[in-house]
Amino acid sequence: MSWTRVVPLAIFVVLCGFLLFGLFQDPSRLPSPLLGQPLPEFEMSALGDPERMLTRDDLVGEVALLNVWATWCPSCRAEHAVLLELARQGVPIYGINYKDDRAAAQAWLERDGDPYRASVFDPRGRLGLDLGVYGAPETFVLDHEGVIRHKRVGVVDERVWRQEIEPVVRALRTEAGSPAP
Amino acid sequence: MNCAGIHRLWLVAALLWPVSAAAVIDRHEFDDPVLADRFARLSAELRCPKCQNTNLSGSDAPIAQDLRAQVHDMLLAGKSDAEIKTYLVSRYGEFVLYRPRFAGTHLFLWLAPAALLVLGAVLLLLWLRRASGANQNLSAAEQDRALRLLRGEEVDP
Repeated sequence: MSWTRVVPLAIFVVLCGFLLFGLFQDPSRLPSPLLGQPLPEFEMSALGDPERMLTRDDLVGEVALLNVWATWCPSCRAEHAVLLELARQGVPIYGINYKDDRAAAQAWLERDGDPYRASVFDPRGRLGLDLGVYGAPETFVLDHEGVIRHKRVGVVDERVWRQEIEPVVRALRTEAGSPAP
Repeated sequence: MNCAGIHRLWLVAALLWPVSAAAVIDRHEFDDPVLADRFARLSAELRCPKCQNTNLSGSDAPIAQDLRAQVHDMLLAGKSDAEIKTYLVSRYGEFVLYRPRFAGTHLFLWLAPAALLVLGAVLLLLWLRRASGANQNLSAAEQDRALRLLRGEEVDP
């Protein structure tokens, strides 16, 4: 076979390889540019108390989850039970109440339980914008220095926790030199 | 004003009507037409992170509304197009740019079509030259025989 036939064939095969690879990719998975970046600075009121201001420092200190949620988000309802169970196991979880109504959000936590050590009230989505949030629920994993190390877009169910997030949390705890609680 | 003039006025009014209605729907208005133009261009060129194949101007997703508001505020604050794009890329990734930057791994996207075109042209040229060269590889006797065949003369097998 002459090379004028081999080269087009080779290009065709390489293109097919790319297309085949693309078939098995999830196009809705966007790599976040914030991975490896420190949690942005903010100063916003706590959901439970409009007088109390929360800042970045209130969330940083140990390996923790930062969960973006809202009462208008049906998938947040679905993951709420999982978050409650994780909180019961001692996983630190902070919340960002995203573009929500304060009274409705407070009522939700009172009725269904509050897995969050603290929830930042972000009614206009300003902090959400800085975090590249494009829909609730989203969950970030912070290391003990407040650097964003993982991002999950969508529901955290038991399988996602076991397969995707818990390994990250465990590795970060080892890195921080603190054993699991 | 004569009758034709009034008719013409009505026609103009009717033509302008939908334009003013559309302008009311978009919350983001600018006093400066240059800014309005930049806003239109940016929101057409920036991609909505939620509904993946829509630009910001065409999307009704809450995040697209927020990002349009952000672009609007940044334009009013005097930010350049590049600053606005950098702001969004640092939060949502290169994904939000419908027109990727001419740098880094995106060079592949920009240059691959041209490279493939050139490669195809070179291969075609080589192939054509080889194909036309093949015809000239007949010996003098063979050419003579081919000519006689073309004229319809009797040829020894």
